[in-house]
Amino acid sequence: MMETLEIEILGKKDTRSGFGEGLLEVGKHNKDVVALCADLTGSLKMNAFQDEFPERFFQVGIAEANMMGIAAGLTVGGKIPYTGTFANFSTGRVYDQIRQSIAYSQKNVKICASHAGITLGEDGATHQILEDIGMMKMLPNMTVIVPADFNQTKQATIAIAKHEGAVYLRFGRPSVPIFVKPDAKFQIGKADKIFDGTDVTIIACGHLVWKSIEAARILNEKGISAEVINMHTIKPLDEQAVLDSVAKTGCIVTAEEHMLNGGLGDSIAQVLSRKMPAPQEYVGVNDKFGESGTPDELMSKYGLDAPDIVAAAERAVQRKQ
Amino acid sequence: MADLTLDKIASQVRRDIVRMVSGAKSGHPGGSLGCTDFLTVLYFDIMNIDPANFDMDGINEDVFYLSNGHISPVFYSVLSRRGYFPVDELATFRKISSRLQGHPSTDKGLPGIRMASGSLGQGLSVGIGTAEAKKLNQDRSLVYTLHGDGELQEGQIWEAAMYAAAHKVDNIIATIDYNGRQIDGDVEDVISLGDLEKKWQAFGWEVLEMDGHNIKNIQATMKRAREMCGKGKPIVILMRTEMGQGVDYMMGTHKWHGVAPNNEQLDAALGQLEETIGDY
Repeated sequence: MMETLEIEILGKKDTRSGFGEGLLEVGKHNKDVVALCADLTGSLKMNAFQDEFPERFFQVGIAEANMMGIAAGLTVGGKIPYTGTFANFSTGRVYDQIRQSIAYSQKNVKICASHAGITLGEDGATHQILEDIGMMKMLPNMTVIVPADFNQTKQATIAIAKHEGAVYLRFGRPSVPIFVKPDAKFQIGKADKIFDGTDVTIIACGHLVWKSIEAARILNEKGISAEVINMHTIKPLDEQAVLDSVAKTGCIVTAEEHMLNGGLGDSIAQVLSRKMPAPQEYVGVNDKFGESGTPDELMSKYGLDAPDIVAAAERAVQRKQ
Repeated sequence: MADLTLDKIASQVRRDIVRMVSGAKSGHPGGSLGCTDFLTVLYFDIMNIDPANFDMDGINEDVFYLSNGHISPVFYSVLSRRGYFPVDELATFRKISSRLQGHPSTDKGLPGIRMASGSLGQGLSVGIGTAEAKKLNQDRSLVYTLHGDGELQEGQIWEAAMYAAAHKVDNIIATIDYNGRQIDGDVEDVISLGDLEKKWQAFGWEVLEMDGHNIKNIQATMKRAREMCGKGKPIVILMRTEMGQGVDYMMGTHKWHGVAPNNEQLDAALGQLEETIGDY
């Protein structure tokens, strides 16, 4: 045992509720903020905004392509549109609309995507998108943000209004521990270090950040000192945070609720291969679709749990020798 | 240019189109020539715009979106002739590092363009979004869009049509270039649009018809459409046109949708189009 890895749990909530609260708050302070939803207002927790600002809320029905186009058009006239639907319908279903009318056209649209990843759960693979980070980060002019908990999702939702340009904001359905301080300052493109460590770097995003915290504690008991970094912004990537950490630890685990192809791990590998080659192990989904089940069951079955991160860290440490 | 009649301006625009497409050895002359009279009237007589002070937001001025972006030659010619950017720049159409991309884009900063288009079916949604922004801004100016008839085969058009009626977006005037032709042949043979007038009516739109090559009829119809705005319904104009209008060998066929004339064909075309303002 080297040290106790203390972090205060401030409660437990779904990240989508953080989006709902953030949207309401940013709407109060910025009257140019408008919101659009494709028949999932309750699921996206957009009701509070809708009730408070009915004239700035646009129900588009089950027509996501149209929603993306309308959002793009609303920016011409100075509005800051936030679109809300599930991650699957926010990306794959409307990729060409996002590509042409938003990214290529340089429009200030905030694409807010809930129920991302496998923790969507029982609805199964049709709705469990694991490719969205890759699709969105490939688009020029697109910022990609995957906050870790309720507080951070709320902070990110507020912060992106001040960022001029298209943003993909990805969050989820299940209730997860809250550990980001309510008064923390969210900075796009600036990673949060959670634990200092010396033996291995663990960089995660979204729900996998908490799993990485749990993994670091297990590793600590095994005598492995893990540095844990919350990489909430996938693009632009905080390259310096990656390099500073790996310079110290010499190996890395990346962890994400996403396909290995095209995810956070891929982005980090690009940095390391160019600037600081080091053993890297991946925690993510390897080229397969999800299935029905509870979020916890799925995280375990698909290798996205704390023990999977621990095992990956041990492999990474071993490869250093 | 104030003393030039609209038909004289249109003739120069048609010369620009065939010269641009010929110069680039690629591009889409057919639909461009077919929409020349409409866009000339729209930009020189109908819309309230400020070309010298173009900005992206377009607040308190009318906004136009070209949804069928492949007819960029006519769009670029009309924009430059109206004063958005120097006419000489038309010579760079489709060439490396030009602001005049094959399909319109915003990222090269060409004044007059507020949205990329080319992938079809997206411009009506975009126009509706800007119409909604104008309502929020209490801006009483209007939004205009132009679409190909073949483009109406895209499902997003009908999502947008449904939305605009349901949300009473009554500050938008969409125009359909109803030339009956698309790349693979006649629209009727490729995939029939059925009864377009009834379709739009059933979707809750006011439908007007227009002769896209009769300048007086275009002026009158557009003015009527403007007067119909603000009454709770979106407006669509079915504009009858001839693909290739003004160049005899390009008319009556879909074959000049996306083909550039060779030098001989260019000369033949220019022989039919009066140089009125002066070639670029």
